[in-house]
Amino acid sequence: MTTTVAEPVRDYDEVTAAFDPVLGLEVHVELNTATKMFCGCTTIFGAEPNSQVCPVCLGLPGALPVLNEIGLESAIRIGLALNCTIAERCRFARKNYFYPDMPKNFQTSQYDEPIAFDGHLDVELDDGTTFRVPVERAHMEEDTGKSLHVGGATGRIHGADYSLVDYNRAGIPLIEIVTKPVEGAGERAPEIARAYVSALRDLLRGLRVSDVRMEQGSLRCDANISLRPKAAPGEDQSAVPFGTRSETKNVNSLRSVERAIRYEMTRQADRLLSGQRVVQETRHWHEDTGVTTSGRSKEEAEDYRYFPEPDLVPIVPDPARVEELRALLPEPPGVRRKRLQAEWGISDLEMRDVVNARAVELIEATITAGATAATARKWWTQELARQAKTSGVELADLPITPAQVAALQALVDAGTINDKLARQVLEGVLAGEGDPKDVVAARGLKVVSDDGALGNAVDRAIEANPEVAEKIRGGKVAAAGALVGSVMRDMRGQADAAKVRSLILARLAPGEADGNG
Amino acid sequence: MSAISREEVAHLASLSRIDLGPAELDTLAGQLDVILGAVAAVQQVAGDDVPATSHPMPLTNVTRSDTPRPSLGSAAVLAGAPEAEQGRFRVPRILEED
Amino acid sequence: MAEELIRRTAAELAGALTRREVSSVEVTRAHLDRIAAVDGTRDADGVATGPGVHAFLHVSAESALAEAAFVDAARAAGETLPPLAGVPIAVKDVMTTRGVPTTCGSRILTGWVPPYDATVVRKLKESRLVLLGKTNMDEFAMGSSTEHSAYGPTRNPWDPTRIPGGSGGGSAAALAAFEAPLATGTDTGGSIRQPASVTGTVGVKPTYGAVSRYGLVALASSLDQAGPCARTVLDTALLHAVMAGHDPRDSTSLSDPVPDVVAAATTMDVSGMRIGVVRELHGDAENGSGYQAGVLRRFDEAVEALVDAGAKVVEVSCPSFTTALAAYYLILPSEASSNLAKFDAMRYGLRVRPEGVSDPTAEQVMAASRAAGFGDEVKRRIILGAYALSSGYYDAYYGSAQKVRTLVQRDFAAAFAEADVLVSPTSPTTAFPLGAKLDDPLSMYLQDVATIPANLAGVPGMSLPAGLADEDGLPVGVQILAPARADDRLYRVGAVLEAALRGRWGGPLLDRIPEFPPLGG
Repeated sequence: MTTTVAEPVRDYDEVTAAFDPVLGLEVHVELNTATKMFCGCTTIFGAEPNSQVCPVCLGLPGALPVLNEIGLESAIRIGLALNCTIAERCRFARKNYFYPDMPKNFQTSQYDEPIAFDGHLDVELDDGTTFRVPVERAHMEEDTGKSLHVGGATGRIHGADYSLVDYNRAGIPLIEIVTKPVEGAGERAPEIARAYVSALRDLLRGLRVSDVRMEQGSLRCDANISLRPKAAPGEDQSAVPFGTRSETKNVNSLRSVERAIRYEMTRQADRLLSGQRVVQETRHWHEDTGVTTSGRSKEEAEDYRYFPEPDLVPIVPDPARVEELRALLPEPPGVRRKRLQAEWGISDLEMRDVVNARAVELIEATITAGATAATARKWWTQELARQAKTSGVELADLPITPAQVAALQALVDAGTINDKLARQVLEGVLAGEGDPKDVVAARGLKVVSDDGALGNAVDRAIEANPEVAEKIRGGKVAAAGALVGSVMRDMRGQADAAKVRSLILARLAPGEADGNG
Repeated sequence: MSAISREEVAHLASLSRIDLGPAELDTLAGQLDVILGAVAAVQQVAGDDVPATSHPMPLTNVTRSDTPRPSLGSAAVLAGAPEAEQGRFRVPRILEED
Repeated sequence: MAEELIRRTAAELAGALTRREVSSVEVTRAHLDRIAAVDGTRDADGVATGPGVHAFLHVSAESALAEAAFVDAARAAGETLPPLAGVPIAVKDVMTTRGVPTTCGSRILTGWVPPYDATVVRKLKESRLVLLGKTNMDEFAMGSSTEHSAYGPTRNPWDPTRIPGGSGGGSAAALAAFEAPLATGTDTGGSIRQPASVTGTVGVKPTYGAVSRYGLVALASSLDQAGPCARTVLDTALLHAVMAGHDPRDSTSLSDPVPDVVAAATTMDVSGMRIGVVRELHGDAENGSGYQAGVLRRFDEAVEALVDAGAKVVEVSCPSFTTALAAYYLILPSEASSNLAKFDAMRYGLRVRPEGVSDPTAEQVMAASRAAGFGDEVKRRIILGAYALSSGYYDAYYGSAQKVRTLVQRDFAAAFAEADVLVSPTSPTTAFPLGAKLDDPLSMYLQDVATIPANLAGVPGMSLPAGLADEDGLPVGVQILAPARADDRLYRVGAVLEAALRGRWGGPLLDRIPEFPPLGG
């Protein structure tokens, strides 16, 4: 049984007044290679348990690893995108520890010779300022299997009767990206951590090396945090030694990164202010309760007995190939965003809305498919954003493509449908009824532009509403709205309202018909 | 002066996941002490200028293409399992999360 | 007929099969009968009982006869078959065999049936050799006597009270007892060469990476190398040619073409070759280096025989070889401690619940299973390896050992600048009595003093019979070492030496082996 005793915390302002936080972030990224890091098993998420397993990734006696060339190349590209130095020569190492989800009871990883080291990532904060996060290293390793804990409290490891292990995930390529100690974040530490993970996710998405889905575990974050006393005014904060850190695991959403760090700061501060010390330990983040709990103490540090992996040979990247990869890197997300903002002619605030809605790529693709920047942005940030929110999915996961959105707008521009009909067409597309033109045809949603039918409807409306007609004849042009509504109802919305209006005015107030009334 | 103590042997055995009884610990500590005394000779011969060799042949950059190969199939995977359930390996309760 | 068949070499059998003078079924049955006659019995747990060679842990009589019949049918149908098609072979139990138990001589793999073939085994099958069964070995190849097998020791066919060498004692004894004409081995520090030496057979450790390690249950990955075992140099070459070659499943596999070892074994010319006698591997009786006098005498005769054949002898010095043994006994346990971590009772093999614990954790079950499943030597080396890799000791032990490895490579490079091949006694002694060194691990380790440098440097080595020691009448082996990737030189020199020594001894050494005591006698 787990008993989560809530630990006392301090008010955040009190914390930041007394302490300077130092961050450290370790992010594990699952690569989206077709096969695992060291064998040819596929990597499809959600497959039948133990169906993507072979002698190598099951750690059967005699099996040997061979490095995935795309795994290596992705690691180099990530390193380059993070402004790292790429090692001239590096090796894999074995990290030895026993755990049932790790088939060989060692993890093939990199230790003192990472493929990439000494870089940085510039991250943009909510107020538009930029903070540089120093990157220590990016190295290659392999993922572990997944355990299902049976019995005891719901799915928790503590108190479980036994566990069931699926090795489909074992051996999936991982890149671990580790920051140097991040100093100078101050009271913005939680925000900076979140912005860093968010920027890293955008960067990895841009590189197309990972699905970067935190909810599926293809991007996972461990957050280290320590507090040190705030330097007196005029003194050098960086001269104050670091405090003892805790490592919080299982921080698997952007929001959690921010919350977990904020919580840890307030928890550690309470210990320090009440005369206790911070224990160096692993802590687990609980999304539901918003607290961290103590895991394994790291004071008796596990000895991983690293040594060079004898089953894999050293890697000596070809400098020409590295330069080729560098030249092929996509534009960094920050630079690209500024360029697109200028191209689209929108304000900082509007651009931030687009970014927050994760609509940048979608809008860009919609423009490529033929829509204007304004209409593309309108669809994705308004109607579609609302639809995504209602269904609780990411914008990109809506069952509609940028090409379909562009096609929809083209129908509006051509006058085939109006805005109101367009929304119905959109619903049809989202419901899986096909492309916009298919929905228009199937639902019969075409705007009626047949002057005869429309003229008859207008005549019927004038006949049914003599008082309104009289007002219009008397010069009250604004009253035409009521008649337009009546006609639109009659036509079940399948008419161009502007056209209806001009027909009404042409009959009742000829002088106004072509004006801007 | 022993190179290795009984307590160290006990710690290493636990790190290596091997239960050792008191008698086994005694015997092993004695034997390992003799062996370590003999192999310590390696510390005398190589200076700081000598690089370490981890691989006997100087190969580099051996990779494979990212092309799927057939997996074993879950029946073959689980065939040797001491216990299996729901297509998964059944293992005793795990004490501590990594 | 059967008695005559089992005494033939693989080359002779291959010829007779090709000419259809004999069928593979006949040859296979003759060897299965021989196994039944001399190998002895095992109890329900697989442990050797009563007298017998006990070379085999598992005999696949049925599938062997079936494969032999297939080969015969293919030959009858006029198919062109590989050179050794239909010739029986014994496989060391360290190689995975699909559908056939593979234990590595360990209790912890009891009942494990691999779902895949080692690359070597696949190549044997593709070459249509007939797999007779799996041979005994020291547990996970840790030992020089097969006494560390969980299934009981193999006996030396020359003298059943003595060890057949190790770890590949089962393969070597099977050859010496005429239970198989060919066998596979693996050599991490001498496990092919030392058993060959003490049983009067031939064994080769190829250049590291020449034969795929895929499917060899790893002892020490950077030292392990599979190789051929047989009764003659030519047979060894024929098997070498089948086993070697690049394997994309092994990152450390060489992509070089395999040297023509069969041609080298039939060249019969060493004139002008420089034979280097390694001073550090040629102890003499006076300085008490542990070399048996009879071993040194046979070795000196072998060198003389090469001189008589036209070779030149040079003395070379490899000073680092004196620390090679120490380096080896750090590198091997270090890698082994990690390689053997996978045996944890979670996915396959033995699972033991700890006594007196009502609801054990995975951790406790792992520790209890490994305690019950591993023998003393394995536990000793795992713990030694864990120690050598520990953060506080890494530089002093593992790190220093890897530096010695560099020195050993440099010494080889210097020696091969002066000599085309190097020679030494394979083992300091002839076969010692069973049990003699069981309680003294260090003296057991000393058996490997001459064979280990080749593994540290990755160079190839051969052991072939040099004759019988005067004092005990037991076989002595001579070792030939060649530069990396020059495996063919072993065969060129080995074949000449074999022929010369046969002349001296009046025929193959194994003609002098006493008939193995009849079972139940």
